[in-house]
Amino acid sequence: MSSTVVSTSSGLRLPRWAAPAGVAVLFVAAYVVFRGTGTLPHDKEAPQFLAVTELREWIDDHRNDNPLFLYFLNYIRLFVAWLYDLFQTGLSALGWPGITGVMGALAWLAGGRRIALLALGGVSAFGVLGLWESSVDTLALVAVAVLLSLAIGIPVGVWAGLSVRVRRAITPVLDVMQIMPTFAYLAPLALFFHIGAPAGAIATMIYSIPPAIRITALAVSEVSPTAVEASASLGATRWQTLFKVHLPLARSTIALAINQTIMMALSMVVIANLISAPGLGGDIIRGLSRAQVGIMLPAGVAVVVMAVLLDRMMTAVARRDPHAKRGRTDLLAAGALAAAGLALIPVLPKVWPETLTINVVAEVNDAVRWAEDNWFTVTTWIKDTTSLVLLNPLESLLTSAPWWLVALAVLVVAWRVSGLRPALVALACLLAIALLGVWEHTMQTMTTVAVAVLVALIIGLLLGVAAARSPRWSAVQRPLLDAAQTMPAFVYLLPALALFGTTRFTAIFASVIYAVPPVVRLVEDGLKAVPATVVEAAVSAGSTPGQLLWKVQLPMARRAILLAANQGIVMTLAMVVVGALVGAGALGYDVVTGFSQRTDFGMGFVAGIATVLLGVMLDRITQGADRRPSPRKRKFT
Amino acid sequence: MGVSPDNAAITVAGLWKIFGTKAQKVLDSEDKHLDPAALREKTGCTAAVRDVSFDVRPGEVFVVMGLSGSGKSTLVRCLTRLIEPSAGEIRIGGEDIGAASPTRLRELRRHRVSMVFQHFGLLPHRKVIDNVAYGLEIQGAARQARHARAAEILSLVGLDGYADAYPDQLSGGMQQRVGLARALAVDPEVMLFDEPFSALDPLIRRDMQAEVIRLHREVGKTMVFITHDLSEALKLGERIAIMRAGSIVQLGTAEELVGAPADDYVADFVRDVPRSHVLTLRWICRDPEPGEPLDGPALPVTTVIKDAVGVAAGSSQPIRAMTDDGALAGVVDRVDLLGFLSGQETGAVRAGT
Repeated sequence: MSSTVVSTSSGLRLPRWAAPAGVAVLFVAAYVVFRGTGTLPHDKEAPQFLAVTELREWIDDHRNDNPLFLYFLNYIRLFVAWLYDLFQTGLSALGWPGITGVMGALAWLAGGRRIALLALGGVSAFGVLGLWESSVDTLALVAVAVLLSLAIGIPVGVWAGLSVRVRRAITPVLDVMQIMPTFAYLAPLALFFHIGAPAGAIATMIYSIPPAIRITALAVSEVSPTAVEASASLGATRWQTLFKVHLPLARSTIALAINQTIMMALSMVVIANLISAPGLGGDIIRGLSRAQVGIMLPAGVAVVVMAVLLDRMMTAVARRDPHAKRGRTDLLAAGALAAAGLALIPVLPKVWPETLTINVVAEVNDAVRWAEDNWFTVTTWIKDTTSLVLLNPLESLLTSAPWWLVALAVLVVAWRVSGLRPALVALACLLAIALLGVWEHTMQTMTTVAVAVLVALIIGLLLGVAAARSPRWSAVQRPLLDAAQTMPAFVYLLPALALFGTTRFTAIFASVIYAVPPVVRLVEDGLKAVPATVVEAAVSAGSTPGQLLWKVQLPMARRAILLAANQGIVMTLAMVVVGALVGAGALGYDVVTGFSQRTDFGMGFVAGIATVLLGVMLDRITQGADRRPSPRKRKFT
Repeated sequence: MGVSPDNAAITVAGLWKIFGTKAQKVLDSEDKHLDPAALREKTGCTAAVRDVSFDVRPGEVFVVMGLSGSGKSTLVRCLTRLIEPSAGEIRIGGEDIGAASPTRLRELRRHRVSMVFQHFGLLPHRKVIDNVAYGLEIQGAARQARHARAAEILSLVGLDGYADAYPDQLSGGMQQRVGLARALAVDPEVMLFDEPFSALDPLIRRDMQAEVIRLHREVGKTMVFITHDLSEALKLGERIAIMRAGSIVQLGTAEELVGAPADDYVADFVRDVPRSHVLTLRWICRDPEPGEPLDGPALPVTTVIKDAVGVAAGSSQPIRAMTDDGALAGVVDRVDLLGFLSGQETGAVRAGT
């Protein structure tokens, strides 16, 4: 009997896994006993939904006589609409020769000849794909959203960078904004700003403003304190120090903030089409909802081209050697490009000539059909096995368990992983979801998210470890990850849709490809951040590479890995909800229905709120990574 | 020349700096006299500068020396209120700094006091010349005027030809010369140095110390020099204040610190200093014994002992130590010197192993 060996004075000592295992057994027992009771099935006509639908009716009726709308919200909408029209007409007036010339010139100034060529090719691609007009609309919408984001975000960011108090006040707000799935605030925005370009621009702005604020604040707060002090010691005023020290020193990081803002905006303008924002999103959403890859592929390519083009331009600006002066030739070349473009405006047609476009809808659809037919057995097998082994059991577990048991489980897990306060927030979110009447759909969405996160984490860990151990592997993988992170989110739905059709699995597949790059990157960086001296010490003690990994690198990279899990969850949730467009069902489907069916507006609205709550809950459960370095540390200090 | 608040360049009296939310409360209570660890334990506040008073004469190099955490960097920042002092009085050139309005304070920083920093604090996006001209630029000087002045100062600190370089293209020592030039460019009355050379290599540091001595001779500014390096303090300082845990434990010339340390802390500090390089004949001369010949070589009483050794080797007569006005202060013979040196030798050997 091994238990007799216990020799500590404190009496019987249980192994470390005993308490968690005991709790797990208790939960299983409770589930078996109470299974099927206390469930909260979905009701399309729930009073909560009806109340919101009525509210919308009321707002629609009073949009033009309620003072809040009349004197405030409507003016914002008019201003944004005016700004959009300004850009849209301006860009249209330039026509394709003008836009091509000007973009080429800007690109040359930003990064020289190569970027300029990329710009010329990229802009022409919009025309060749037959999407000139929607591309211009999208460009105008992105420009408006980015401009507004920067106009608000950079000053706020600078302020937050200078004042710790401001930073502390806005960080939680930004946190929530960033974990909010894109879908969630479309309905409220439609409520307040109606639908169309202005509402789309505002939605895009909300999505793209957090990085503008966050990265600017980071840039400003990282400015060398000695330089700031030196400036103050010479009697500079606060404004002088701001403009002569802070801003110049933060310049390249702020350029990255702008870049990030543009990328976020580009991925959001597409989704904003759900509230009738114009542009490329229209084709993509139409293609997604009809499961026609042929319709969405050209538009998807156009958005990706736009993203890559703008990203390269901004990155070139950020990376430019601050000491180097632009040569005369560069200025001349850029000037010549712009002048040529502008001069050609009256000569060439404004709209891209029809004869130069390539229409690939039919071909792509054929190719997809071929792929579906030929890979049917493989894809179906993957799909069915996952459903059978993971999705269905988990879903029936979550939906048939009593709500209080699920809540209790969330509380216990969050408490253990992240501490008491996050656990209470998570519990509050879950209870609010129950009160909103979308419990069953939330549980279904959570199932999808859980499976997707699991797969993304496994793949991410493997790739991350591989990259950390082999520089060659890392060198191959890095550019791919860079490219993947530049792509707008919904692009990943394309291959998923082509392979798996409209099913729940499509969303999982898409969110896995969406979430893997950041996970890989965090894991790789975490492993590489293990100090070289520690690795050296372990190797000199005779560790095998495996021992090094398991006993030194992985434990020391624990924080980075937990952070990767947290990021993975947030990204996956966002994608699973968008995946409703291709058959993911549950909450996301409710949201989409809410947009298309007036009578279901309430349900969509509530489902949007529920996704936010779900996001906050999942984030709180896993956020221990950020706040607590290690669970053991707390025990011993 | 005596130091009095009337003719001092800088007067500091009863200066306190306590960090923490309850600073004012601590200051009003008796807690402020607790030792720093106990204070932090009890109130969560940190007393960085505790009841410090001193005067700096015009044109003097005043060194504040202490280990890291002794409050010396906080002290120097309090002088121009880069850090707001909690209590006490500071006067620079007679003007009450504590009472100065923000505008007045800015004027003072622009024209009368400038500072050189440990990590240089140069602006990497500006050329060397624009870094040096920065102080003039924020005063609103025209571009041409400030560049002319900056070029002049650059050649003063030996950086001719580097005007168009960027700081990151220079070595550490040269970067600090730029920092020095920036502080000199505004032609201040007082220069503050916050450990300016501790980030530099030993050889470069020695060059820079020589540079400061040279500049002091040429431009004659009042200097307050912060350092944690005793040899630097002894080399540069006309008077040295030793700080420990926020208070000044001893203030005096190098000779006074080495010859008569105020407490064990200071004694421990100066133990490894070769005493014969710092102490003068004043410390070992004695009254002549009856019948002792008084026709040996005469040296000023302020001669450093090591310099007297050579003289003693050349003459068997006791050396006469003379005061400024030609009176006999005392005599020193070979036995006195050897006795002193051997005492010092054993000390050095013990510490050196």
